[in-house]
Amino acid sequence: MATTYFQRSGLRRYLKETGEVWLFARRFFSEVYRRPFEWRELLHQCYIVGNQSLFLVGMTGLIMGLVLTLQTRPTMEDFGAEAYMPAMVGVSIIREIGPVVIALICAGKIGSSIGAELGSMKVTEQIAAMEVSGTNPFKYLVVTRILATTLMIPLLVIFGDAVALFGSFLVENMKGDVSFQLFFNKVFRQLSFGDLMPATIKTFFFGFAIGLIGCYKGYNSQKGTVGVGRAANTAVVVASMLLFVLDFIAVLVADIFFDL
Amino acid sequence: MASGTRKPNTKHRTAVAMESLIHIEDLYKSFGEQQVLNGFSLDLYGGENLVIVGKSGSGKSVLLKCIVRLLEPDSGVLEVLGQPIPQLNQYEMDRLRTEVGFLFQGSALYDSMTVRENLEFPLRRHPEKMKGQDVESLIVETLESVGLAHTIGLMPEELSGGMQRRVALARTLILRPKIILYDEPTSGLDPITAKEIIELMLKVQRRYQASALIITHDMDCARVISNRMIILIDGRNHAEGTYAELSKSTDPRVQAFFK
Repeated sequence: MATTYFQRSGLRRYLKETGEVWLFARRFFSEVYRRPFEWRELLHQCYIVGNQSLFLVGMTGLIMGLVLTLQTRPTMEDFGAEAYMPAMVGVSIIREIGPVVIALICAGKIGSSIGAELGSMKVTEQIAAMEVSGTNPFKYLVVTRILATTLMIPLLVIFGDAVALFGSFLVENMKGDVSFQLFFNKVFRQLSFGDLMPATIKTFFFGFAIGLIGCYKGYNSQKGTVGVGRAANTAVVVASMLLFVLDFIAVLVADIFFDL
Repeated sequence: MASGTRKPNTKHRTAVAMESLIHIEDLYKSFGEQQVLNGFSLDLYGGENLVIVGKSGSGKSVLLKCIVRLLEPDSGVLEVLGQPIPQLNQYEMDRLRTEVGFLFQGSALYDSMTVRENLEFPLRRHPEKMKGQDVESLIVETLESVGLAHTIGLMPEELSGGMQRRVALARTLILRPKIILYDEPTSGLDPITAKEIIELMLKVQRRYQASALIITHDMDCARVISNRMIILIDGRNHAEGTYAELSKSTDPRVQAFFK
């Protein structure tokens, strides 16, 4: 009875898929050190991941900085604490909001794009064509994309954080007549090593998760065009969920090592 | 077996070298409960065009995928150019794959690359195969052989179905393989384009002297191109012979293909 319930429920499928993702990740780690290294394709993927997301990340960061400052300022003013606005915004953006929001945006843009691209290649037999031409498609397509997201998401987050702080400065400058130098002095005076390091390190894991899930879903896509759509969609959903789990783990670990 | 011959007919034997490039014996492959290949055997000899005909879902494409190890057979002997496919390591398999071209049913051109990059891709992966030859001239020459030199800078989406098939054939030929596997080369094409593709297949085979294993259910294609045919039914060789021999068969299951 228990077995029947177990088999009928989505739990079995969920556990099976978790195992498959784990094996997929293990294959990535076993192939990433092996020759030949696909430098050219890696650079191409870094360019695609980084350059094509730059505008979206910039816009997100700017609006994030503007909104956060606009919404928080009245409350801070009530307490006569508007002088702490740059420090408060800086810490919240760099520690938490920036990495998570920008990683979520990237999961939507990059994760779905990878899932759809590889899914389409799978159903049109382009991956098989690559394999029969004596090329390892996992190494060429998957390893390069996962490495590209792992390397580029941290850079995008840094860029997004910088734009968000600039957005916050614009509001502070308009409402509180704070100079550029004063604003950023206050931001960086408040930030410590324990704020910057965990926030930066976790973005590498975010990037890895986005690349891994996008590639896994696309590479294992089935059932024609429906499968491609599903691969793109589930890549975003699963990667977003995984980002929250990773963020929670990162906060726990950071709390142990940096005494937040 | 309708005609009972395993090797090419005598007339054909004089035309081709009697070297078995692909040797398959009692090949079995199943997917769960479904037995797709059920003791299938064949020998592909040097210089010949062997056509395998069967209904949809009879395991024709599965057979091709086993030959290039996109699928692993359950059991049986499977040798390509004298090398046992299931026992090869990845490096050996990749080397062997440069000797075996594969034309996919849907062309399978890399849609993020131009025609030039599609042809360049296998060359860049296997520079040792074309050592000393200029990549650019090799690409142009191969595209000229399929009559599409002017498409070199185009993307696959800018080509018609027939042109895509020709470019895919050019990509298959770029490493000068000894064997070419065709998976339904004329499917999805109009009769005139299909005829052009068949003529092109004959032309490139003469030019590059490759042997061909062709999977099709297009009997016009089989008639024009085959030196020998195998009828695949229920996952095993049901009948074997030349087109002329099989077309005269009294077996109703064989005759069904010629009606």
